[in-house]
Amino acid sequence: MDYFAQQLINGLVLGSIYGLIAIGYTMVYGIVGMINFAHGDIFMIGGFIALISFLVLVSLGLTAIPLILLIVLLVSMAITALYGWTIERIAYRPLRHSFRLAPMLSAIGMSFVLTNFSQVSQGARVKPVPPIITGGYTLHEGAQGFAVQLSNIQIMVVLATIVVLALFTWLVSRTRLGRDMRACEQDQTMAALLGVDVDRTISMTFVIGAALAAVAGMMYLLYYGLVDFFMGFVAGIKAFTAAVLGGIGSLPGAMLGGLAIGLIETFWSAYFSVEYKDVAAFSILIVVLIFMPTGLLGRPEVEKV
Amino acid sequence: MSANSARPSPAAQPSGSAFILKKALISALVALVLFSLMIGVRTEAGPQGGLIYWTRFGDLAALVGAVFGGSIIVELLRQWWGPVDKDSIVPKPVQSAISFAGRWLAPALLVFAFLVPVIFYNQRYILDLSILVLTYVMLGWGLNVVVGLAGLLDLGYVAFYAVGAYSYALLATNFGLSFWVCLPLAGILAAFWGVLLGFPVLRLRGDYLAIVTLAFGEIIRLVIINWQSLTGGPNGVSGIPRPTMFGIPLTPGDDGLAARLGIEFSPTHRLVFLFYLILAMALLTNWVTIRLRRLPIGRAWEALREDEVACRALGINTTTTKLTAFATGAMFGGFAGAFFATRQGFISPESFTFQESALVLAIVVLGGMGSQLGVALAALAMIGGFELFRGFDQYRMLVFGIAMVLLMIWRPRGLIGHRAPTVFLERNQAISSDLVKEGHG
Repeated sequence: MDYFAQQLINGLVLGSIYGLIAIGYTMVYGIVGMINFAHGDIFMIGGFIALISFLVLVSLGLTAIPLILLIVLLVSMAITALYGWTIERIAYRPLRHSFRLAPMLSAIGMSFVLTNFSQVSQGARVKPVPPIITGGYTLHEGAQGFAVQLSNIQIMVVLATIVVLALFTWLVSRTRLGRDMRACEQDQTMAALLGVDVDRTISMTFVIGAALAAVAGMMYLLYYGLVDFFMGFVAGIKAFTAAVLGGIGSLPGAMLGGLAIGLIETFWSAYFSVEYKDVAAFSILIVVLIFMPTGLLGRPEVEKV
Repeated sequence: MSANSARPSPAAQPSGSAFILKKALISALVALVLFSLMIGVRTEAGPQGGLIYWTRFGDLAALVGAVFGGSIIVELLRQWWGPVDKDSIVPKPVQSAISFAGRWLAPALLVFAFLVPVIFYNQRYILDLSILVLTYVMLGWGLNVVVGLAGLLDLGYVAFYAVGAYSYALLATNFGLSFWVCLPLAGILAAFWGVLLGFPVLRLRGDYLAIVTLAFGEIIRLVIINWQSLTGGPNGVSGIPRPTMFGIPLTPGDDGLAARLGIEFSPTHRLVFLFYLILAMALLTNWVTIRLRRLPIGRAWEALREDEVACRALGINTTTTKLTAFATGAMFGGFAGAFFATRQGFISPESFTFQESALVLAIVVLGGMGSQLGVALAALAMIGGFELFRGFDQYRMLVFGIAMVLLMIWRPRGLIGHRAPTVFLERNQAISSDLVKEGHG
C-alpha cells in the first residue's frame, strides 16, 4: 500500500509536467488544426534556457533561491515564448492555407532544427544539475521500513502547475484574448469578420503554449536534475498522447490526459518493467485512438461534405 | 490558392530602404534574444561533475549579424521576385524544352544507372554511394504507394524496413536460410506487420494517422532494443551472410564466382552485384507500382487520396483499399530492409530511428507525392546532399531540418508537383442547369 501511495505521488508529479506540455498541443490543434510536432522540442529548449539562466544567475552571485527560481521561470518563459512565436511565423504561417500535410511536414523539419540546434550549440552530453530544492516530508512510515516520501520539489511542481493552470484558465475564459482564441477555434473567417485579428490570436496561441512548455521544461529540470537535447522527442509524443487521451481541443482534457499518462507510465515502471514504459505509453495512444477517438472530454468531429 | 485573397496586393506592400531596414532590425533583435542564452553561453559538465560554462559572445554577434544581413537580402529578393505564389508565364520555347527534357529524362537516367558500375568500376566510393541512393529510391517508391497514391501519411515506415532487415538477419544467422529464400519471407513478414498496423488505424485520417504510425515505428524500435534474447538489443545482429549469386558465393574461394568464370577475384564484384541487385529490386518496385496504378485497386487508392467520403459513397471498400496500400508499401520496405541487412552484414536499432522515416518521407514529398521520377530525383538530391555534409556531421540534420521547412514554404507540392489523377474526362461537359437544381442530382 505504501509502495502504491509513493508511486501515486510520483505519477501525479510526472503527469503534471506532461499535462503542461499537452496543453500546448491541444490549444494549437484546436485553433489551427495541426499537430505542432516541434512542441516537444520547445519543451526541451525551455529546459535548456532554464538551466543556462540558472547557471548564469548563480555565478553572478545571487543566493536567494526563491528569487533565482522566479527569475529563471520568467526568463525561460519569455525566451521560449519567443521561440514559439518565431517558429509559427517562419514555419507555419506561410503554410496556413496550403495542403493538409504541409504544416505537419514543416513542423517535423522544425523539430529537427530545434533538436540539432541545441545539440550543436550546447553539446550532445547530458547536462546534470545539483539538486536545488532539497528536503521533504515523510508521510507514512511503513512496517518494513518503506517510507512514503513527499519531497519539496514534488510539492513545488504540483503547486506551480496548479498556479499556472489557474492563470491560464483565467486567461482563456475571462480576457479579451481568450475570447478571441475561442472565437478563432470555432470559425476563423467569422471571427475575422467580427474584428478579431486572427493572425495575432494564432501567434498568441503559440506564445502561450510555448510559455507553458517552458514551465514544464523548468519543472523537469528541477525534478530530474538533468536536460539533454533529445528529451523533447519522447516527452512530446507522450504529451501528445495525453492530449489525445483527454480529447484533443479540450483544455481540461489535456491536463486530465497528462495526469493519466503520468500515472500509467509510473505504475507500469513500478509493477511491470521499466524498459517497456515507453512502449506502454505509445500503445495507449494507439488503443485510445481505436476505441475512443474523441478522447475523454473531446467532442466528436463531424465531417461535412 | 485561397491565401491570395487574404494577402495584400504587391502594390500595397510597403517597400523602400527604411522598411527593409526596420524589418531587418526587428529580425536581428529577435535573433539576439533567441540566441542570447543558447549560443552566447555554452554549458558543459565539468571535471568534478558540476556544470561549468563559458561565454561565446563573438559567435552570438556573428549570428545576429548574419540574421540582419540575411533578412535584408531575403526582403530585397522578395521585392525583386514578386509574390511567391504568382503563376509565372514561361515562354513557349522554354516550355517545350522542359517537356522534351521531361520525356527523355527517365530513360536517360535508367541507361545511366545501368552504366554506373561500368563507368565507375574503380571508384569504390561512388559505387557504395549509388547503392545507398538506390536503396533510398526503393524505399521512396515503396512509401510512395502509401503516401503518394493512397494519401495515408505514414511516419513509421522505417518499422517495416526494420522488420525486413531483422527477418533476414535472424533467419539467416539462426537457421542458415539463404538470401533468396529470406527475401520473399522478409517482404511477407513486413506486409503482415503492415496489415497489423493498418487494422487499428483504419478509422483515422491525416494527422492522427501520422502520429499513430510514428508511435508504431517507435514501438518496433523499442521492442528491438529491449528484446535482447532475440535481437541482441542495442548490440544488434552481426555476421549476417552476404548474398550469393543464386547460390554461387562472391568469395575468393574455389567455388566463388570469380574462380568459376576463370577471372581474377576482386572485392568490387560483390559491389557490382549488390548494385544490380538493388537496381533490379527498385525497378521491380517501380514497375509493380505503375502496373498497380492501372488496376482497380490503384484507381481506388487515388480516389481515396482525393476524397474518402466520396470514395465510400461510390461503393469502394475503404478498408481493403487502405490495408492493401499499407501491405504493399510495407512489403517493399521489407525487401529493402533485407537488402540493407545483407549489404551491411551488421544491423542495430540505431539504423531504424525516426530520422530515417522522416528522410524517406522527405524524399517522397520532395519528389512530388506520386511522381515516380520525382522520387528518384529527390533521393539522388537528398542522399547526395547528405554526402556533401559528410565532413560536418553534426550540422547534417540541422541543415536537413532547415531544408525541409524551406522546401515546404517554397514548394509545398514538391519539386515535380504531380498529383493529377491518372483518369479524367477528356473534355469538359456542360451539364444542363435543370439537372443540378437544388434537391436533384
